[in-house]
Amino acid sequence: MTYIDAPSTERPPAARRRTWTSARVTGLVLMMLWAALGLSIVYMLVVGYDPEKVTKYGPRILSGIWVTVKLVAMSIVLGALISIPVVIGRLSHNPIIGGIAFGYSYFFRGTPLLAQTFLVYYGAGQFTDVLKAAGLWVFFRDAYFCAVFTFSLNTAAYQAEILAGAIRAVPSGQWQAADALGLRPFTTMFKVILPQALITALRPYGNEVILMIKGSAIASIITVLDLMGQTRYAFSKTYDLQIYIWAAVIYLLTVEVLRRLWEMMERRLTRHLRR
Amino acid sequence: MANYMELLAFGDSGWGDELAHGVLVTVTLALATLPLGLLIGFLIAVAKNSSEPLLRNAAHVYTTIFRGLPELLTLFLIYYGGQMAMSALWRLLFGHPFEVNSYLAGMIALALMFSSYASEVFLSAFKGITVGQYEGAYALGLSRFRTMLLIILPQLVRLALPGLSNLWLILLKDTSLVSVIGLTDLLRNTNIAVGVTKQAFFFFFVACSLYLVMSIISSVGLRRVSAWAERGQGRH
Repeated sequence: MTYIDAPSTERPPAARRRTWTSARVTGLVLMMLWAALGLSIVYMLVVGYDPEKVTKYGPRILSGIWVTVKLVAMSIVLGALISIPVVIGRLSHNPIIGGIAFGYSYFFRGTPLLAQTFLVYYGAGQFTDVLKAAGLWVFFRDAYFCAVFTFSLNTAAYQAEILAGAIRAVPSGQWQAADALGLRPFTTMFKVILPQALITALRPYGNEVILMIKGSAIASIITVLDLMGQTRYAFSKTYDLQIYIWAAVIYLLTVEVLRRLWEMMERRLTRHLRR
Repeated sequence: MANYMELLAFGDSGWGDELAHGVLVTVTLALATLPLGLLIGFLIAVAKNSSEPLLRNAAHVYTTIFRGLPELLTLFLIYYGGQMAMSALWRLLFGHPFEVNSYLAGMIALALMFSSYASEVFLSAFKGITVGQYEGAYALGLSRFRTMLLIILPQLVRLALPGLSNLWLILLKDTSLVSVIGLTDLLRNTNIAVGVTKQAFFFFFVACSLYLVMSIISSVGLRRVSAWAERGQGRH
């Protein structure tokens, strides 16, 4: 058994030369197609650059971005607040409360957001007298508020499912241990269960924010002038496809930056779980 | 109450037949998109699973684009962009413009979105299949194509089914967006009914309920498919 101790005189194997496999050719062709598409879009944006249109519609697009940001931020925050009672209902052992929470969540997750938005915005018009008497008409006659209202209810259903699922995923031993330590239910929830559940929920929450940004484009259909709404307006005036391309670039960048940021945040927050 | 039943009657007086036709369009659109989306999604997943970095990157660009764009924007880009491109091409070839079919535009846009999500589902299903399966197939002398078809795909279906079921339910809901480019699906016909009768809340509520019924039926069906796919797993 001498060869075990003997230092290896063999050189490491030479790196295998990359050959032109069919996968590589396909990959190259596809990458060239993407590059061609990207370059032609850049070309289109450069050649079609029209200072008149930019001064005319640029500010509108910027205000549209701001409306989209406000719309999404308000919906997510309000949705998070609304989701709290829904989560309590979803986790409750009472069949009536649980049933109501399940029904709420099933309705908003099982129907299209567009149909819900129509239901609120146009449906409210049918109850003008009642709403006027209740002083709510100012709220419901405004497309923007209707969009915030619908999106909040919609995202609340999704957020409730995310949070309820994350709480259920915390092992029951954690509840029992907190109980054995004599912690009150309130303390158990906020100091033991939620910190663990929120880490599980982090990724789905990020996905929900992204879905909301994309979904908020629907508000443009009920005449809200968000980024999509301003884009549609500008397109209807100019018939210039560039405007849609710009909107696509803005949405894509927003979503991609947010996704990267969320990944960084997740890596930072779960650093104690990595081995 | 009787008034509302009249509104939903089939025939000239009510809107029942229009809504039923809308449901049919919605369901057929989703069903027509499904195989296209599954096929593209599967191919993209195979590309992402490749050892060739160029192919992987090309596939990732696809997913990044179509997962990042709002559904509505993708639809408009395909519809108006396709309209402009095809019209220019047609005018060049035949001397007259071309009318892009909203059904086809909707189908393509939905397939692009569906496939980019489906590719992620397939990719994680691929990760659930151990190397031993490939090695076993290689030892048996199966070609790469037959390995995929006979060994990997049957297992992939089982692993990918829960994710794909979710995507189907999302697809069913996303078809409603096609009403915006004029396809007479359920939501579009509901809009027409509302325009005539002014019973907005009632009709949109009916439309929402019909979407719910479609999801419930899908869920029941998908549970059966899942039981079928899991039949070899010894638990039901």
